[in-house]
Amino acid sequence: MYAFAYQKPATVAEAVKLLSADPEAKALAGGMTYIPVLKQRLARPSAVVDLSGLGLAGIGVSGGVVTIGAMTTHAAVAASAEVRRAIPALAALAGGIGDNEVRHRGTIGGSLANDDPTADYPAAVLALGATLRTDRRTIAADGYFQGMFTTALEPGEIITAVAFPVPEKAGYAKFPNPASRYAMVGVFVARGPQGVRVAVTGAGQGGVFRHTAMEKALEKSWSADALAGVATPAEGLNADLHGSAEYRAHLVGVMARRALAAAG
Amino acid sequence: MTKFGLAQPVRRVEDPRLLKGAGRYTDDIVLPGMLHGVVVRSPHAAARITAIDTAAAVAVAGVVAVFTGADLAAAGVDPLYSAVPMTNRDGSAGANPPHPALAQGFVRHVGDPVAFVVAETLAAARDGAEAVAVSYQQMPAITDPARAMDEGAAQVWADAPHNLAFDWEVGDRAATEALFARAHHVTRLTVINNRVVASSIETRGAVAAYDAAAGRWTLWANTQGGWLVKESLAAAFRTEQASFRIVTPDVGGAFGMKIFPYPEHVCLAFAARAVGRPVKWLAERAESFLSDTHGRDNVTLGELAVDGDGRFLALRTRNIANMGAYLSTYAPFIPTFAGTIVLASVYGFRSVYANVLGVFTHTVPVDAYRGAGRPESNYLVERLVDQAARDLGIDRVELRRRNMVAPSAMPWQTPVGGRYDSGEFVRVLDAAAAKMDWSAFRARRALSARHGLRRGIGLAYYLEATGGSNSERAEIVFAEDGFVDVYVGTQSSGQGHETAYVQLTADRLGIPGEQIRIHQGDTDRIPVGGGTGGARSLYSEGQAILLTARSVIDKGRQAASEALEAAAADIVFEAGRFTIAGTDRGIDILSLAATQRARRARGEEATLLDAAEVAAIDAHTYPNGCHMAEVEVDPETGVVQLLRYIVVDDVGRAINPLIVRGQVQGGVAQGFGQAVREQAVYDPDSGQLLSGSFMDYALPRADDLPDIEVELLEIPCTTNPLGVKGAGEAGAVGSPPAVMNAILDALAEAGVADLDMPATPEKVWKAIAAAEATSL
Repeated sequence: MYAFAYQKPATVAEAVKLLSADPEAKALAGGMTYIPVLKQRLARPSAVVDLSGLGLAGIGVSGGVVTIGAMTTHAAVAASAEVRRAIPALAALAGGIGDNEVRHRGTIGGSLANDDPTADYPAAVLALGATLRTDRRTIAADGYFQGMFTTALEPGEIITAVAFPVPEKAGYAKFPNPASRYAMVGVFVARGPQGVRVAVTGAGQGGVFRHTAMEKALEKSWSADALAGVATPAEGLNADLHGSAEYRAHLVGVMARRALAAAG
Repeated sequence: MTKFGLAQPVRRVEDPRLLKGAGRYTDDIVLPGMLHGVVVRSPHAAARITAIDTAAAVAVAGVVAVFTGADLAAAGVDPLYSAVPMTNRDGSAGANPPHPALAQGFVRHVGDPVAFVVAETLAAARDGAEAVAVSYQQMPAITDPARAMDEGAAQVWADAPHNLAFDWEVGDRAATEALFARAHHVTRLTVINNRVVASSIETRGAVAAYDAAAGRWTLWANTQGGWLVKESLAAAFRTEQASFRIVTPDVGGAFGMKIFPYPEHVCLAFAARAVGRPVKWLAERAESFLSDTHGRDNVTLGELAVDGDGRFLALRTRNIANMGAYLSTYAPFIPTFAGTIVLASVYGFRSVYANVLGVFTHTVPVDAYRGAGRPESNYLVERLVDQAARDLGIDRVELRRRNMVAPSAMPWQTPVGGRYDSGEFVRVLDAAAAKMDWSAFRARRALSARHGLRRGIGLAYYLEATGGSNSERAEIVFAEDGFVDVYVGTQSSGQGHETAYVQLTADRLGIPGEQIRIHQGDTDRIPVGGGTGGARSLYSEGQAILLTARSVIDKGRQAASEALEAAAADIVFEAGRFTIAGTDRGIDILSLAATQRARRARGEEATLLDAAEVAAIDAHTYPNGCHMAEVEVDPETGVVQLLRYIVVDDVGRAINPLIVRGQVQGGVAQGFGQAVREQAVYDPDSGQLLSGSFMDYALPRADDLPDIEVELLEIPCTTNPLGVKGAGEAGAVGSPPAVMNAILDALAEAGVADLDMPATPEKVWKAIAAAEATSL
């Protein structure tokens, strides 16, 4: 770790100001990715702006929308009775992120701002058609993810909450990397106010993406049979020592079926 | 039954200390004025170093010194060498290239040490390391052992043509060929024994201090016995062994990997002397992947000749063993002497011939890893036997039973140098089959099939030959505070030695276990020791403790005869008391020792009970047993789930069944890891280690494993008075073939006939897909 200044602002406005004033400053949410990055000297920020004092944690449900504060931990989402009732697939997804320690430190806002292509939350956000609230605007999920580790956030912009419309049905299934247990392939299927949406994380070279062929098939018939004829091309998918693009393409189909089964 | 009685499941006395954070590990050593060292490592697999500029590094605030290979050479520090020079089949000498602590003009694997930066703080040392400018001229690299001998392959050493380190053989080749010539059937199989990383929880590390006045070093290091490190450092520094004191604190896992002297030990000793202050280095996890010796990495062709009655005639193997870029201390020994001695396993082969080709590649050096050669041989044999059973249409259990050496044949001399003292292989096999309910498997398979899963059952009968130093020392001292101190020459890295040695000492001397302390790991206090490795500790140190205890009792008898005014011949020792035979007059051993010590303190004549003895370890042991695994394979994803795992083990007498079970369970988990998860993967072009962190190197996890059921059939070893056989490695020897045979059984109906470790999801899925494509 290189030396850096540590700041812990008390308000969102103050945090935005600190981050905007210094392009080398970096925001810290749960730190489950960023702390290891710092420890390995892969980043050299001038300052780390700790967002834990901004009061951004908390969960609320009203008007068919589940709103989760950006600094809410995965463990809190997983354990929330409200989330489990409204969107059980989202609670289950949060409960399957990382390990127990990670789930008690890692946050939904941190995960989405980092946009790791193998993270779980992007699949839920995209498939449920969630809206990200920031210090200055709201961003629809479809416009938010712009490639791996790349989002629509402007420099200094801070996610404050994520709003999930409650779906009729939703399910998530992931195939974990045997070593890291990040998603090698994770598929979230949902049917709700925004129609049928299928999002795939872990597999794509460009990060999370919508599987439109599956969406069309499921719109016609919400059934495993409908998915049977849908092929997933290997082109554009990741390949590494754990799995070729072809294997990942195959797993997208398997995980989609399992997500569908979980959704009921 | 006493609390520390033999054969009791005594809970480990070291655990409260280790589990509550009171253990003292190498990183807990903090000395006044201590500096921190960081190693600059090669980013390339093969390169010529054209320049090293340390000026900027030296200028970094807090940096005290930067050393390179030139500094070591100028000071006359020699490289490390393998301790096992090899002789080729043709009688010529095998290669034994130097292993410099810091590169001398060339780097030969990613992670090869190039410079050593010493600074006031770890952060400053890291800054300094980043400022060392090394110019490399990259060269082509070779990492795959199967391709290393190819024409045109990149060369690791100029004087080792075709990257051949040695070409070694054992067994009667002519007799073996003759048996193959008249075989009814020959089963052939090429297996890959995948390269693994030991991954001890505690990474390697050491602290060196130099006493200029005495001209003496102290090195605190996590070793498996400091004496080998002492010997090697003395050789490198061209000095006497007495110039080094090696202290080994608590060690957090080792698995063979911490046996060896390493370049960092040399760097630390050199730096401590050069700067006149103690220096510490502790490997980061990424460094462990790039600098701890790796394990296994063999490509082996095995051939099994069978007669018309399904009896094994002969075994022939040709093994290409990856040595890595340098020959680590025992590296050549592992696939040769250590590995081939168990090739005949528990079967009555008439002849065995093995050819082992050690090859250099641009990879981290390979050396002993839990089992060291024996798991590789057992894996080959047990895969071959299963394949032969399929080829011949004979039941797997029956084929093994038919070929096992009978108890009446003991001691059994094998064609490859083994001499088994004891063993009831059929009895153990049958006990395992009964425990597993092997015969009812078909119904369980049908149950899985209903859920779309393929269920398989597999077994492996393993035989291990434990080994290591042929002598061991113990010293028993009756301390002033009333405790009994036992000094041992082995080195625990978590096995539970303290408990077992307490049990033995308590049993022999009749002393309460709570009053016995075990000491290890200081080469000044303990002049000789064989260290721990090859599952040797209990039977080796155990014999030393027995011998020393006998010496204590002899002295005690003498002292008691004086104290009780009786003839020494009339003194009997029982349950911790010396008494005059036929009377109730006596004195207990602790009182006697205290009395004698007090007399000595007063300047009076006394017979102290303290004793030290070195026991000759004339024979090693042959633990063996049957592993059975039941797995479910998800054909959609290729995921293998281990449903049940049982072991019926003959590790001789169990001094502490609780510790034995724990050892076997840990070994099984490691073997399962090798079979299904772990693989050190090198990029064939760049020579980069792709699986260089736990993000990509998949260790087994607790939720991968069911309860591992271990049953002990205690068939006493006849070559040591304790009747014990070494149990430390056994689990890791039996589990890879048991798991793979179960997976192959699960996939047999899908048409998959062969699969190499690790059986990763993608590999399994592809094997099923390929078999389906063939059958269409």
